[in-house]
Amino acid sequence: MSIDMAQFHQVFFEECFEGLEAMESGLLNLDTGDIDSEAINVIFRGAHSIKGGSGTFGFSNVADFTHIMETLLDEMRDGRRQVTQAAIDVLLGSVDCLREMITAIQQEQDVDETRVAEQKSALEVELYGSEASVEPSPVNHSIAMETPVAMSEPAPAQQHEHQGYEIAFTPYLTLLQTGNDPVRMFRELAELGELTASVNVQDIPDFYELNPEACYLAWDLKVAGDIAEDEVNEIFDWVKGDCELEIQSLAAKPVKDPVAHIPAIDAETLSNTPESGISEPAAISPPPVTEDAVNKMAPQKAEPEPAKTVTKSSSTIRVDTAKIDTLINMVGELVITQSMLSLVGEHFAMNKESQLKSGLAQLERHTRELQQSVMNIRMLPISFVFSRFPRLVHDISSKLGKKIELKLVGENTEVDKAVVELINDPLVHLIRNSLDHGIEMPADRIAAGKPETGTIELRAYHRGGHIVIEIIDDGRGLNKDKIKAKAIEKGLIDKHSTLTDKQVFELIFLPGFSTAEQLTDISGRGVGMDVVRKNIQELGGNIEITSELDKGTTISIHLPLTLAILDGQSVAVGDEIYIVPLVSIIESINITEKMLNRVAGKGETFRLRNEYIPIIRMHEIFNVQSAKASQLAEGIIVVVEGQGMRCGLFVDDLLGQQQVVIKSLEANYKRVEGISGATILGDGSVALILDIPGLVRLSNR
Amino acid sequence: MAQEDIQVNKHQLNKRTGNNMQFLSFTLGNEEYGVDILRVQEIRSWEPVSRIPNVAAYEKGVVNLRGSIVPIIDLRERFNLGYAEYTQLTVVVVLQTGDGNKIRITGVVVDSVSDVVDVDKARIQSAPDFGAKVSTEFISGLVSVNDRMVMLLDVDKLLKLDDVTQDES
Repeated sequence: MSIDMAQFHQVFFEECFEGLEAMESGLLNLDTGDIDSEAINVIFRGAHSIKGGSGTFGFSNVADFTHIMETLLDEMRDGRRQVTQAAIDVLLGSVDCLREMITAIQQEQDVDETRVAEQKSALEVELYGSEASVEPSPVNHSIAMETPVAMSEPAPAQQHEHQGYEIAFTPYLTLLQTGNDPVRMFRELAELGELTASVNVQDIPDFYELNPEACYLAWDLKVAGDIAEDEVNEIFDWVKGDCELEIQSLAAKPVKDPVAHIPAIDAETLSNTPESGISEPAAISPPPVTEDAVNKMAPQKAEPEPAKTVTKSSSTIRVDTAKIDTLINMVGELVITQSMLSLVGEHFAMNKESQLKSGLAQLERHTRELQQSVMNIRMLPISFVFSRFPRLVHDISSKLGKKIELKLVGENTEVDKAVVELINDPLVHLIRNSLDHGIEMPADRIAAGKPETGTIELRAYHRGGHIVIEIIDDGRGLNKDKIKAKAIEKGLIDKHSTLTDKQVFELIFLPGFSTAEQLTDISGRGVGMDVVRKNIQELGGNIEITSELDKGTTISIHLPLTLAILDGQSVAVGDEIYIVPLVSIIESINITEKMLNRVAGKGETFRLRNEYIPIIRMHEIFNVQSAKASQLAEGIIVVVEGQGMRCGLFVDDLLGQQQVVIKSLEANYKRVEGISGATILGDGSVALILDIPGLVRLSNR
Repeated sequence: MAQEDIQVNKHQLNKRTGNNMQFLSFTLGNEEYGVDILRVQEIRSWEPVSRIPNVAAYEKGVVNLRGSIVPIIDLRERFNLGYAEYTQLTVVVVLQTGDGNKIRITGVVVDSVSDVVDVDKARIQSAPDFGAKVSTEFISGLVSVNDRMVMLLDVDKLLKLDDVTQDES
């Protein structure tokens, strides 16, 4: 499937700028002393959306850059890192940098790589502080090469001629509780090369405060010899989440990493505070390099940014100029018709009747067209959103080594523009979740007796006065026990509370909840589901999860049709007019007594092409007193299909087909069974729109 | 007319003291009721409604009020005061009810709108308890205006309660 992604770029840029603005104002309002987690969340979401979007569109440099920002913000949000002014400055600088990058991409210019690299290293310094990257990603290294700038400090504090690694290992207090024994790790290290270890005991508290199960020690380790970095990393693999770890190569190259010499400064500070998990970042005074980098940034920040022509207002609507031209044409024709009619009216005589009639017909046609094209401006097929996803699925599945097929159903379902814009982010999150957590690895799937290729189905349709968007995967499903355990661990629910399946699934929507054991850049940071729900609720909809372990998960999003338009067939029942959605009508027929059958003397059915179809008498089910036809042969049967069931609605007459604007009945009133909404007819009166599945349920009572 | 003007002026004076409330009074049969005037959005003449199937008889149906679908409730029938023919003079009072941040609009059919009355809050009596014989659940108080008794309606209760009973049925 080839889709021109460029058509969505503009939308993405706008979203980015909106996100950046939100991040910027969030950062500016952030109080260093008092951390407002919601404020950080807002910033984090901005970064997250930009990362997600840029990943989708293949702007990997933006995605990489944002990922670092996001990691930093994530730590702040979780309280693992304190919010310092220096960090905020670096983040603000990064926002500026990001904006420049996106502007450059938007204007199809080259991104200023040195600027980006510089900013990235400043971020990394802030992020890792004394730690060299624990998992040295290729990105980090390439940056390091590109940025001698950041290293403008005088001679590095340490020069090592020999090969080996210096490791600053500062376990959190809880390290021992996870069953990790540092001694065993040191023994393994010693096997790799000559090990010298010095322990820092400064933080052992007074005897009365001493918790025998806590680890108050920190170590500075040096292991000499020609050792692969992976081997060292492997030893610390198990404790990665439970300590501050910084592995540094003592390679012949004196300076390999931009942050290389900071550890020397900070190693002591670090080791002084083993309970760093909570308070340590505060203790680190921003390393000199950081300040340096920030200072260097400052003048650049002041530079006038390239002309930004993008409108910033989020309430604008981007309309194809062709559509507007059509509108103008139509208005022009309308004016001509109007002047023609007034000419006819001025000296009206009976012989001009035909002229008048044709004029009115023209007026009707033009008005209808005008109405349609005005509606068109707001309504977009959901494919506008859906078609972004094949790329996303393709990229992520190949990254994860999974085989996934994406099925799109009901792409032509029309949705309001506002929905299209706001539903994108939630859908991206949900699909990423399905990709990452839902679908298993091919081998696991085969082992579970499923086809190797996983399926994700993205489906949109109208139902019962709502637009329903479903994301159906045939993956491993949600593990209720795991969710519960996690919620208990996070203190979200009580240990002894009993929850229904539905309540358990609800837990996923709580902020900060994530069942993924390992953070990936795809999902698992606990942003997402709460934001997804928030966005959907803002649209006046709701979201539901049904899941079966090992069978798959279905997420349904219900959105109201407030602005949606429907092709309807108006039918008369007595004095009343009802609208039957055209999509659910199969045919309308007159029947004769002969075609009629009764089931158990009551249920009326008739035979239509080898199928017995039950009849619902509308005047009975809706208690219409004024109905004209009481004999089935006198009226008309409208054969409709709802939720896989066919039935015949017995009405007095068919009136006409028209597009109707769906109005909510619930806004001022309440839900009525068998009715999905209301609409306003040409004469200003209200007609109710039938909800076929609801009607079938009602008649079955 | 002049009297009305005086009344309005008097109201404005009283409003400053904060002890007064204004009520829109209307009649249902021989009885006189009042609703807080701040809840009244507009007064319209009766126009045919679109019936809603399978709801209580006093919920007459819905109308199009400048693009919104607004339910119309017949207060006579709601209070079991018998039926009245709808004429050109029948009036629909459009009321706003708010629960939290969501405002709903409902029209109630009354026989006629009589007056805007100023009421000193201190003069509002609580509704007497008739036990189960007479339902006074919607009545927030009684007040006497020119020797006529006006029953003050609690709009939120009136229109919310009706929702609840409907959901149950």
